[in-house]
Amino acid sequence: MSYLEYTVKSVPTGFRKILHLNWPLALLLASVCGVGFLMLYSVAGGSFTPWAEPQMKRFALGLAVMFFVAMVPIWLWRNLSGLGYAVSLLLLVAVALVGDARKGSQRWLDLGFVDLQPSELMKITLVMFLAAYYDWLPAKKVSRPLWVLLPVVIIMAPTALVLEQPDLGTSILLLAAGGGLMFLAGVHWAYFAAVGASGIGLITAVFASRGTGWQLLNDYQYRRIDTFLDPAADPLGAGYHITQSKIALGSGGWTGRGFMQGTQSRLNFLPEKHTDFIFTTLAEEFGFVGAFSLLGLYALIIIFCVVTAIRNKDRFSSLLTLGIALNFFLFFAVNMSMVMGMAPVVGVPLPLVSYGGSAMLVLMLAFGLVQSAHVHRPR
Amino acid sequence: MRRNRAENEASHAKLTRRAALLGGAQLLFMGGLAARMRYLQVDQADQFRLLAEENRINIRLIPPTRGEIFDRNGVRLAENVPSYRIVMVREDAGDVDEVMARLSQIIEIDLETFERALVEIKRSAPFLPVTIIDDVSWDEVSKVSVNAPALPGVTPEVGLTRVYPRGSDFAHVVGRVGRVSQKDLDALENPDQVLRIPRFQIGKLNVEARAEDLLRGTAGTKQVEVNATGRVMRELDRREGQSGADLQLTVDSKLQGYVQARLSGESAAVVIVDCDTGDLAAIASAPSYDPNLFIGGISSADYDPLLESKYRPLVNKTVQGAYPPGSTFKMITAMAALEEGLIGPDDTVYCPGHLEVADRKFHCWKRAGHGWVDLGDSLKESCDVYYYDLALKVGIEKISAMANRFGLGIRHELALSSVNSGLMATKEWKRNARGSDWVIGDTVNSSIGQGFMLASPLQLAVMTARLATGRDVTPRLIKSVDGIEQPLAGGSPLNMNENNLRKMRNAMYDVVNDRRGTAYRSRIIADGMRMAGKTGTSQVRNITAAERARGVTKNADLPWERRDHALFVGFAPYDKPRYAVSVLVEHGGGGSTAAAPIARDVMLQALAGGEPPLEAYPTADRARIKVQQEQLRDVQPQAAIDGKDQA
Repeated sequence: MSYLEYTVKSVPTGFRKILHLNWPLALLLASVCGVGFLMLYSVAGGSFTPWAEPQMKRFALGLAVMFFVAMVPIWLWRNLSGLGYAVSLLLLVAVALVGDARKGSQRWLDLGFVDLQPSELMKITLVMFLAAYYDWLPAKKVSRPLWVLLPVVIIMAPTALVLEQPDLGTSILLLAAGGGLMFLAGVHWAYFAAVGASGIGLITAVFASRGTGWQLLNDYQYRRIDTFLDPAADPLGAGYHITQSKIALGSGGWTGRGFMQGTQSRLNFLPEKHTDFIFTTLAEEFGFVGAFSLLGLYALIIIFCVVTAIRNKDRFSSLLTLGIALNFFLFFAVNMSMVMGMAPVVGVPLPLVSYGGSAMLVLMLAFGLVQSAHVHRPR
Repeated sequence: MRRNRAENEASHAKLTRRAALLGGAQLLFMGGLAARMRYLQVDQADQFRLLAEENRINIRLIPPTRGEIFDRNGVRLAENVPSYRIVMVREDAGDVDEVMARLSQIIEIDLETFERALVEIKRSAPFLPVTIIDDVSWDEVSKVSVNAPALPGVTPEVGLTRVYPRGSDFAHVVGRVGRVSQKDLDALENPDQVLRIPRFQIGKLNVEARAEDLLRGTAGTKQVEVNATGRVMRELDRREGQSGADLQLTVDSKLQGYVQARLSGESAAVVIVDCDTGDLAAIASAPSYDPNLFIGGISSADYDPLLESKYRPLVNKTVQGAYPPGSTFKMITAMAALEEGLIGPDDTVYCPGHLEVADRKFHCWKRAGHGWVDLGDSLKESCDVYYYDLALKVGIEKISAMANRFGLGIRHELALSSVNSGLMATKEWKRNARGSDWVIGDTVNSSIGQGFMLASPLQLAVMTARLATGRDVTPRLIKSVDGIEQPLAGGSPLNMNENNLRKMRNAMYDVVNDRRGTAYRSRIIADGMRMAGKTGTSQVRNITAAERARGVTKNADLPWERRDHALFVGFAPYDKPRYAVSVLVEHGGGGSTAAAPIARDVMLQALAGGEPPLEAYPTADRARIKVQQEQLRDVQPQAAIDGKDQA
């Protein structure tokens, strides 16, 4: 469908668009961010610095970005998706060449005014580009091998670059989001079955290659997997993070220790307490009730996205919304699994809650797209 | 590009199906997350909460204050005084090298200390205080405090250190403390955690060591919240410990000070025991040393002379030393014979100057012999042959058994290190220890306290007290613990014939007060202070027949370490015994010349409770004694005389 086919008249124009935003979704997002501010305030020992205040400023900026993106007609974004993907890919290449190495991996690009993590941007642009691709591709060609191969290449190129940084977590997210979008677009079951089978083969290969000359993963990645499989084996070394995280989480109990009373996270038993492990602070201080509530908020966001996507007759809008929701889901699902000891520590932040500018801005931008799709849906 | 409507509808339906499927899968996964959350936070909450507490709560020990030690009058013998040290906290200091350089300009730090401190600071956790220099004066502390702005992270800290205000007077009684060594820890079955506190001090010797459990006290604890790197965040709970108990000794520091001063220049030991209670009024071993030198480690310049001196200042001769009691043992031989009823006090023996037993000649100290002697004469003039004869009648087993009843050959439990049990030989002992049979000559030798017989000055004092009272006086050193009087041991009658005991006391009175007595020159003439006693001279070498033939070499002509030990035991007042005393002068020569004068001086000092009146001495001695008293007054530390530190 091209924008010419829209019944343009029924799409709101000008400031009336604001009335047609998906307000409940915006409210949910703000709530989740609010939880984030609260937790950042707590882990800083009851202080807005160094985390809560910058995070609030970024949220304000993110909100502005979201509204701006929402005001722009969705078809314009569709037409820009190819460009966005290309720019993201180029930035990833740039990071690989001149990026800033932090904590042993090269993920950041210093643009002078802001440190950019191109892999964050890629999560959105990949989904956009794939949605545009499947919008353009006639439905009957979707499952043809050549037309399947093309999106696989589109997905694998950034995944490989991110894995090279090395950032295992993000590359898995890219792969899963891309695959999910192909699934939503209607690619035949058989392909996924084949990928699943070869995935198992790959995992076997990864383990078989360990210690040999053609080792597929870095040692630290193997250690993380070991740690995941048996954290008790090395409680003060590799398993420390997971063990401490579980202690903090578990000691929260039903209702938690109370705001700012969490001992484990504030006393630095937890690593990355303001980023990847912020969920444990929440769970420790507000207990099962608090943790479950956050999960509920996340679930509502997913549900709202899926509902608006299904209602939307525009294929690009639907795919994009679902892709972004899937991305969002993967974010928090991986993070929560990780801190609860159900997945390896792969370094994925908790979306909208963890401290971090890039992730916040990119997510708000993504939800801006969802809003735009909602506002400009064919009626 | 245009697509037909039907195709659109179909693809949208498929999209909806798959979206619902994927959305459902997501919700399912979230359900899994929620279940996991519930498992960790509800089902396992108790266990994790326990782990969390263990994580963050750390128990720190607060070292207890060591109990202090006082003499019988409340004079401090061991106390805790504040000592200062300079510490640095690395994270507060910033540039450690710069601050250290500035500090070394303000106070004097020797190079070795400086280097060691620098290494330690850089190795320790940034928030832990590291001692730069120990035992600094108040002056230096002030300098550091004044310059505090230029010395970030540097602070003076105060601790307690042990000080012995009486110095060498009580080294052999109170002993000393020192840093806990690995050896100390190994010796304990279950060492108190407090011993592992750095700089903690443990008793090393004598009362400090033997009463360690009383003096140490129990450590307090504080619960602190720590973070993952061990930094203390806040204190949660504090439980004060209990200070160690204060000990009061039976010793009179004034008397002890006098005795140590009186013994200066000799290698000697004096024990004064209270006849009523068994309380040790003085227990002095000379030469002594200053225990304060050992606190915080003694330098080899100080230590080597102590180790190498032939007078052995590190040995506590009062309890560690075991010497042949010599003639002071004759009372035991006599009592054994009297109690067995083998002799009457008036039975006489002829002393021709020697006695031949089993083809061997045993000599009396008087070559010409004493002629006919009874019990009184034999003790007064210390005739040896009389006792050879008694021993042959009584036998060694009875003599040793009697010695045990008088506290010889028995270990007296005192809070002192290395208390020697001495030796009262029996036939069985010789078979076991020497692998040879007892011969009759051994009995003869033993009868005059030679041969295998060994006793410590403490045992001799106890023996004398028992002779004087007829009760089993048992020595006591610790008078009270935290103000609670310690029970007296012993004091029950020895169940010996009072007539026999009186006979012995009378004979001992004559030893000192009869013109022919061996200790006549050391008599006391003041009424109510008169002393009874017995001299002893124990050989440390064999006198060969050849030497005896040409005349026994005089002690003064022998090298010091081959001279005889001089001994004296006595009690006073004669008719109402209050103190018993034993004096040993190593290689001092004759008991009458070397030991008895000391015994008289210390006994008078004890009885008078200070410097005795000159009238107590015989007229001829007064001028000499006056000079001696003046000299001793100068030697004694001032505090020991006026007792200004009384509590």
